Amino acid sequence: MKISLVAGAAVLTITSLAACGAMAQSRDTMQIAGSSTVLPFASIVAEEFGAVFPEFKTPVVGSGGTGGGLKQFCEGVGDNTIDIANASRQIKGSELEVCKANGVTDIREIQFGYDGIVFATAASGPDFALTPLQVYKAIAANVVVDGALVPNPYKTWNEVDASLPNQPIVLAVPASNHGTREVFQEKVVAAGAEEAGLPETLTAEEKTAALTAYRQDVVTEISGDYTETLARLKSDPNTVGVFGLSFYEQNTDTLKVATVDGIVPTKATIAAGEYPVSRPLFFYVKGQHIGVVPGISEFVAFFLSDAMAGEGGTLEANGLIPQPADKTAEVIAAYDAATSL
Amino acid sequence: MTDAVSPSGTAPSARTLAIRASLRRRHLVEGLFRALGLAAIILALGFVTLLFADVLRKGVPAFMQSNLHLTVTFDPEVIDVGPAPARNTFTSEAEYSAASLKWQRDVALLNWNKIVETALREAAPAGTEIDTRQLLTVAETNARHQIREAFVADPSLLGRSVEIDVLASANADNWIKGNIDRALGDAQQQLSPAARALIDGFVADGTITTGFAWAVLTNTDSRAAPAAAGLLGAFFGSLWMMLIVIVLAVPIGVASAIYLEEFAPKSRLTDFIEVNINNLAAVPSIVFGLLGAAVFINYLHLPISAPIVGGLVLTLMTLPTIIIATRGALLGVSPALRQAALGMGASKTQMVFHHVLPVTFPSILTATILGVAHALGETAPLLLIGMKAFVASVPVSPLDQATALPVQIYLWQGNENRNFFEPRTAAAIMVLLAFMIVLNGIAIYLRSRLEKRA
Repeated sequence: MKISLVAGAAVLTITSLAACGAMAQSRDTMQIAGSSTVLPFASIVAEEFGAVFPEFKTPVVGSGGTGGGLKQFCEGVGDNTIDIANASRQIKGSELEVCKANGVTDIREIQFGYDGIVFATAASGPDFALTPLQVYKAIAANVVVDGALVPNPYKTWNEVDASLPNQPIVLAVPASNHGTREVFQEKVVAAGAEEAGLPETLTAEEKTAALTAYRQDVVTEISGDYTETLARLKSDPNTVGVFGLSFYEQNTDTLKVATVDGIVPTKATIAAGEYPVSRPLFFYVKGQHIGVVPGISEFVAFFLSDAMAGEGGTLEANGLIPQPADKTAEVIAAYDAATSL
Repeated sequence: MTDAVSPSGTAPSARTLAIRASLRRRHLVEGLFRALGLAAIILALGFVTLLFADVLRKGVPAFMQSNLHLTVTFDPEVIDVGPAPARNTFTSEAEYSAASLKWQRDVALLNWNKIVETALREAAPAGTEIDTRQLLTVAETNARHQIREAFVADPSLLGRSVEIDVLASANADNWIKGNIDRALGDAQQQLSPAARALIDGFVADGTITTGFAWAVLTNTDSRAAPAAAGLLGAFFGSLWMMLIVIVLAVPIGVASAIYLEEFAPKSRLTDFIEVNINNLAAVPSIVFGLLGAAVFINYLHLPISAPIVGGLVLTLMTLPTIIIATRGALLGVSPALRQAALGMGASKTQMVFHHVLPVTFPSILTATILGVAHALGETAPLLLIGMKAFVASVPVSPLDQATALPVQIYLWQGNENRNFFEPRTAAAIMVLLAFMIVLNGIAIYLRSRLEKRA
């Protein structure tokens, strides 16, 4: 008697759950995923959006890195795919191809501001004044010595350059699932290698290898978020970590920032283009979901509004470097004109 | 005791000596084993104490939080919107709700920070000089929403002054608690010297007081206002998943165990199934996550980040545990009971359901609760089905997006504001542990009650 009652209740619940599943054909909550650099900004906008627009549900923001987010974004069109992918770099040609092959044909690019990438060390340690050349020399598996590529011989920073502290070289850099890695590679390592002058005799393939191969002994690639980098830095105070500017700014009590080419990374120097290692931040909107999942266009407009991504807006207070107003106007115009990539 | 003091005084025989030596050896081995066992327990307890002490040390302060008592004036010059639409002036419900939503949005777009700023300036001692941006760093950013919501709920507040308690900002809380060393220089502090001086003044004159951090329990996660971030959404996400696990895993698990143990013919096939169930119990949880992503999300098109998918994945994980425990319990029932039932003319089904199963209830119940508690703490599979997203609302059904308690711990652990979220992460761990202890407590209580009855 009791058992049949329990069994009956269970069956009832299972069927009602299944019925719910069948009904869940249209989603009314925007789904966003991607770059962990963009995540804080997107989450803040999502929260404020939920507060300001009572008719829409608060969008859900996931992480997974730029690559992971775009992969999800390009999986196709429909309720079980995300609507917006956050990216700390531009979408790649290969990713666009995957998108198109899966039927995601209307991809709208929104650039909403800038972010700086900084080198930070333990606040208790010595000051660092780095240049791309020095970072390249410290990080590359093979470096140029007397015009030839040799395995990296440097053990301490002062061996790389006499002006740097006598401290063992230990680096924590973002792994390749992060968009930050690409900017770091391009604006620091590749720029440094250029300066070092790779031998002319290398083939194109060898050149790429020389640029992208990092030393395995002193370089740790972090696939998690900046907290993981910070944890490395706490366990080994000699570590030089790569962080986003906003992360550094919220942890100035434990971190000290290094200058690059003599420029201290601040919102001002990055906005002025003086600090070399900065990048634009993006999100990509799936045009085919506009009008299907409610609130997407309102979200985009709200994100780019002065109160959020604009000068003096909420996001600036949280570490975003706002872009010029005419750039924002251009982005909005392209979005409204349904310009797809 | 025997030979050594034998009255005859003769030396003990070789045999006695051998026995004595072996006895000594056995005593030694036993002593050694006992010492090792005791050492192992002390070591284990030591680690547990260390873990709890560390979590408590970090987490307990996070349950206290700084509150800011402000006298808020709803200045009609700032709150420049028409009156809230009244229901009776509209012919249809749809028109009314459209007008009401529009009014709410107009209200939301007002400059509520101006109201917060004015309230803070009034609270500050006369002659305080501080710029607006620095001043606003004292209160948490959700203060303006709190004030706006008060106005939306009661538009008659316009032009009046009322006392409203808001949260002090995460950085103000850090400063008051000394999470960032107060001796550090200006460059290493999050707040400007003027803001820090103002906060110290507020603490001295009672504008800021410390109270229990209800936000941790009654709010959902927040990134815009870290001081207001709480566990409510994650708690309900976990609750939904637990419900799904209990509703699905228990009936299915117990039914399969009964069938396999009592009814299924012993054949190669049932052996094969048995081996596979045991293997399934040993499969790492992350594999279930991959399976869930592939089957439930990509194939069955269930929503991403939803407790229903999480619940289904955890059900798959918990099933083998329940099946194995139930089979073990059934196997432990005395054959005499079965034979007696059958002998009295009961059918096999009656024998199982009326006589055997009730005896096994305590074991099944314990296994279920332990399995559910285990599922509650599971994180890895949830990360793969999109449950590590930032969700700022409470899931009202298992189809709404949600996180779970352990995932919330993971998310807070990765928050940029380390100084504020390190304690809050420990607080979240305490809440999760409390939840687990309650579940285990229920298991123990129910088992002892049912065992007495059985």
